[in-house]
Amino acid sequence: MITAPTIEYFALAPLLIIFGAAIIGVLVEAFAPRYLRRAIHVPLTLLSLVGAFALVILQTVRGVPTTPAAMGSVAVDGPTLFIWGTILVLSFVSILLINDEEQFVPSAAAVPGSAEEEKAISEGAAHTEVYPLALFAIGGMLLFPASNDLLIMFVALEVMSLPLYLLCGLARRRRLLSQEASVKYFLLGAFSSAFFLYGTALLYGFAGTVDLYGISRALATAGGTETLLLVGTAMLGVGLLFKIGAAPFQAWKPDVYQGAPTPITALMASGTLVAAFGAVLRVFWVALGNDSWNWQPIMWGVAALTMVVGSILAITQTDIKRMLAYSSIAHAGFLLVGVMAVGDKGQNALALSGLLFYLVTYGITTVGAFAVVTLVRDPGGEAWHLSRWAGLGKRSPKLAGLFAFFLLAFAGIPLTSGFFGKYAVFRSAVALGEGWLTGLVVLAVVASAAAAFFYVRVIVLMFFSDPSADGPTVVTPSWATSAVVGFSAFATVALGVFPQPVLDLAEKAAKSLFVQ
Amino acid sequence: MEPAEILSHAGGGAISLAWLMIVLPLAGAAILLIGGRATNKWGHLLGVLMSVGAFVVAALVFFQLIGLDPAQRRQSVNLYEFIPGVANIGLLIDPLSISFCLLITFVGSLIHVYSIGYMSHDPDRRRFFAYLNLFVAAMLLLVLADNYVALFIGWEGVGLASYLLIGFWQYKPSAAVAAKKAFVVNRVGDFGLLIAMFLIFAQFGTLSYAEVFPNAAQASQGVQTAIGLLLLLGACGKSAQLPLQSWLLDAMEGPTPVSALIHAATMVTAGVYLVVRSGAAFFPEGSTAGLVVTIVGVATLLAGAIIGTAKDDIKKGLAGSTMSQIGYMMLAAGIGPAGYAFAIAHLITHGFFKADLFLGAGSVMHAMNDEVDMRRYGGLRKLLPITFATFFIGYLAIIGFPLLSGYFTKDGIIESVMHHNAILGWLAVVGAGITGFYMTRMVVMTFFGPKRWDEKAHPHESPAVMTWPLIILSVFSVGLGAYLILSNRLMVFLGPAVGLPAELPGFHPFSVPGLTTLALVAVGAGIAIAKYGRSEVPVVQPRGSFLTVFARRDLYGDALNEALFMRPGQWLTRLAVFFDNRGIDGVVNGLAAGVGGSSGRLRKIQTGYVRSYALSIFVGAAVLAGAWFVVGTL
Repeated sequence: MITAPTIEYFALAPLLIIFGAAIIGVLVEAFAPRYLRRAIHVPLTLLSLVGAFALVILQTVRGVPTTPAAMGSVAVDGPTLFIWGTILVLSFVSILLINDEEQFVPSAAAVPGSAEEEKAISEGAAHTEVYPLALFAIGGMLLFPASNDLLIMFVALEVMSLPLYLLCGLARRRRLLSQEASVKYFLLGAFSSAFFLYGTALLYGFAGTVDLYGISRALATAGGTETLLLVGTAMLGVGLLFKIGAAPFQAWKPDVYQGAPTPITALMASGTLVAAFGAVLRVFWVALGNDSWNWQPIMWGVAALTMVVGSILAITQTDIKRMLAYSSIAHAGFLLVGVMAVGDKGQNALALSGLLFYLVTYGITTVGAFAVVTLVRDPGGEAWHLSRWAGLGKRSPKLAGLFAFFLLAFAGIPLTSGFFGKYAVFRSAVALGEGWLTGLVVLAVVASAAAAFFYVRVIVLMFFSDPSADGPTVVTPSWATSAVVGFSAFATVALGVFPQPVLDLAEKAAKSLFVQ
Repeated sequence: MEPAEILSHAGGGAISLAWLMIVLPLAGAAILLIGGRATNKWGHLLGVLMSVGAFVVAALVFFQLIGLDPAQRRQSVNLYEFIPGVANIGLLIDPLSISFCLLITFVGSLIHVYSIGYMSHDPDRRRFFAYLNLFVAAMLLLVLADNYVALFIGWEGVGLASYLLIGFWQYKPSAAVAAKKAFVVNRVGDFGLLIAMFLIFAQFGTLSYAEVFPNAAQASQGVQTAIGLLLLLGACGKSAQLPLQSWLLDAMEGPTPVSALIHAATMVTAGVYLVVRSGAAFFPEGSTAGLVVTIVGVATLLAGAIIGTAKDDIKKGLAGSTMSQIGYMMLAAGIGPAGYAFAIAHLITHGFFKADLFLGAGSVMHAMNDEVDMRRYGGLRKLLPITFATFFIGYLAIIGFPLLSGYFTKDGIIESVMHHNAILGWLAVVGAGITGFYMTRMVVMTFFGPKRWDEKAHPHESPAVMTWPLIILSVFSVGLGAYLILSNRLMVFLGPAVGLPAELPGFHPFSVPGLTTLALVAVGAGIAIAKYGRSEVPVVQPRGSFLTVFARRDLYGDALNEALFMRPGQWLTRLAVFFDNRGIDGVVNGLAAGVGGSSGRLRKIQTGYVRSYALSIFVGAAVLAGAWFVVGTL
């Protein structure tokens, strides 16, 4: 007899709300008249995010469960709830940006520049599918870091990625670039998924289970030199490192960030990164925590390469979105430093809280920066070339000032949230007291200094160069975009001056560590 | 008596609301800056309101504090952890900090009110008030901080406000240059303060006063002295003491209320605050660092006074005088607990009478179409009666006319220094004599004698909004000194914060130094009257003797800076450029070029072909798997 699995509906409620809303969204696409769709989608999407967020808070207040849900396959624990909250907030602000119709192609099937496209534009057609697609992606992001089982994690990875592949191809301007980005992301994503799956299979061969805790238990009795284990973790690592854009698997990031519609880039750069780091932590700390001596040296090399590649390549970028993509790569490198800082329980909590805090600060600042990018426009779309940003400080000082502020936060200047993010992560790495990791922190600080160069260069460009006569126009932001920029700026200041409440929250979340 | 222990505040009362003092003006600055032109109409009123609000809070805190037992009067209010484990944002409420708060907010509010009238024709008045509010907030943070990190944030904040306000009329090249100069010179001092903080952190593992001060004696003598000297370097930058004095005279390019508030009454005294605050820990009685403080103080008080004798610009004359008076405070602060109370007393009374003098000068300038050259004044006492009366009271106070504020506080400094080191004491007496000369010269040239101004000028008394602050300041310039000094009122009050000398000093009005001081002041004043009152003052500046030129040129301070730092600096730059050009991989450009070059080379990997990306992933995966294998089986 097969017994029905037990499902903890309350613990999984945030997930269920998001997926439920996404499915309703699909039904709306099918049955609602065209002119009503947007009016239904926007409130539906935003409300589902708010509802899920409220449930996350309720669960945090009620007390964090100590056993995984759904027959041990989904772990709703302190870190998960914190990551969920973060992703939901970041998604909410990203959806406010996605709300801007101007960003998306009216008819994706029409050949760029064709008469068909003209017709679609004149008819005012729109792909309202972006809302349910985004919701599916967000649902995947929520499930990815919460999976307690490699197969669930793989499903989450696909649920998260597939809608994003599509969304990347929907940019209204520079459509060929957008479609190219979409195809590239899809091909490379599929390639990396294969690695992930292959690694899963090999680890199953080693441990006889795909349960993360099961693998950890198998490791406790194993010698640690089994071929299946070594190759399996390497393959799994490739799949995960691809998602966070660590070198040498970072090549997709600049191309995709550049080509995707900017609001989607904001969602990917914030939400996907947070989700992927959650998954990295879960795999390497829960499943492979007993094996840290084996993966730490390799992670060391990857982290070092990532921050060096990110910081150095960003210097010669001329496209603002590509520059931010390389900045995101460098930040992934800094975050990896924290992933390596595992030790005893207290040390793990310290490192985890630092990482969680960093993810919050980086995510919020990133959305803010991309929101500003959507506002600076040329006749042909966004003013992507850096030279077009020259003298922006003289034309619209407030916007340029905000952007400069976000850049300073990326650089980690004190009194911005970025400073505390870096500080929290690097502190935990130094606290481990291992020379090899402290050395990496030194490298990270040097890389930060190099990275500051290209952030400050943009600030210099905006404030100390003369604007060209036919410079880009700064569009009057919609209420939604102003709200996003305002919120991001506020959070970046608040977390830079008064980080304690969120640090406490992260510490509290980290204290329970991952359930097993 | 040693300073009392710093207790952590249990909560309740006005003390736990002390943060409002900082937040109110900060909010004012934020609203005025972000609100933009929409706030033009009422911006100045909001500015005044926020400053007055801060004063009310300060007064409430003060009254709660004096209601406590003296041993309980050092309370630290922890607001939140700023950098976990390194720095808290906390406020230290003690007699010293609250004295500063009252001075800053009270004089600050008066100057805010005065500025309504003074800046009424300026299209940017709102921005001016925003900066003033920013300054008040930063200055309050500086004095209220209970650790060096928060102090440093305030320290930089006042530096920023000072920079913005000196260069407020940035369309004038002289103002822009002066602002830049103030900024650069202050940077030198700030480095001193920063390195001192690094040393403190390295030595004690914390930057909070409550943990550093009681343990200071555990550091070795050398470290203690090094920290003291570096703190002094910071103090010299902010307080325009030798050798970092050069910026203050140029800073007079800012609007006059700024000179009164920032460059006379409050910000420039931050250095004195720093020395007194850290005194028991890093400048103990008889220490090397303390000795250097006294030498710097005496040198500056003489230099400032000498510069003041030759200036024809009324504001620059007052600026020289400010340097000199702060020199007195430094001198007193350097001798230990016997001097702290006098340094602070002089700081407070100076805050009042110097603000009075500056605002008076502003009122004169307002009447004379912004003319600052005293050679073009003369005979103004009848046309500006209120300005004259208040200026004259400020004048009497600063020269130490018996029974006025300056008499008590300056005499207190001279007496206490005399006990400590007679040479320094007599030099301070000489300085007082010079003060008598240059201040009398200023009053005579401005208000007495025949009129020397243009026919086009129509001097008129300033509006009430400007004269009332003058009247209030002059009232305090009369009585405050006696109140603070007699029966050692301030010294006893400050005792819990800075410590008390073994025996309290008495008040000896007829001591030899006291009488000599009075005599020298009278002689100085007499010479000034003889030279400028009895004979014609030329409208065009005469060439003057060697000594006059020496003083007029700020004792060649700028020339010295140029010769010692600027030219070698430029020479060094040129040398670097030369080497840089010779060897392409020169020190400076080489690194940037190297990074840029490798960036350019690396960029070629990013071909845009998805097949090569996939290949790189594949190779990467192979390398990773290989590495895992090697590490795992090692």
